Amino acid sequence: MAMDLIEIESLVKKAIPDAVIDIQDLAGDGNHYSATIISSLFKGKSKIEQHKIVYNALKGKMGNELHALAIKTKEKD
Amino acid sequence: MNETINNLIKNEIGQNDVCLFMKGTPDAPQCGFSMAISNMLKILEVNFKGINVLENEELRQGIKAFSDWPTIPQLYIKGEFLGGSDIVKEMYESGELQKKLSEKSINYTKK
Repeated sequence: MAMDLIEIESLVKKAIPDAVIDIQDLAGDGNHYSATIISSLFKGKSKIEQHKIVYNALKGKMGNELHALAIKTKEKD
Repeated sequence: MNETINNLIKNEIGQNDVCLFMKGTPDAPQCGFSMAISNMLKILEVNFKGINVLENEELRQGIKAFSDWPTIPQLYIKGEFLGGSDIVKEMYESGELQKKLSEKSINYTKK
């Protein structure tokens, strides 16, 4: 099962309102994405914690409907 | 969580300084992300154990619960969960991974 880009973006936005998101559909198959997410919420957190915030935003879809999403998180100044 | 699986995970992490839970094996990875971490460790000539979660569905689910992390691969160094392929790749590129290996007294080849 695939997920579309808009859906991923809206889930992230809902959980991380100040997020600046750049998502790319790597293979054009709706199944392999790469996302860069910039937010002030990441400040002072480890990479593991930052990625967990994003995974939580995706509400359990990661690893299920969403097979491949490469995530890069950055702190917003 | 299934206690047998939990113990199996603890044993693997306890007995192997560098432990990679992955899809496939280091020689025949079945997923690009698993291959990526496996290749980084090979480039650094780190001695590691690859554990194929595809051989055991309970382990595949168990490792996610163990670390509260929804994806595989997962890299552990001396019992510490380092992250999945995105984090490990960033650490490799920034030199943090190499620093972590040094801190934990794990042999690797400096490039």
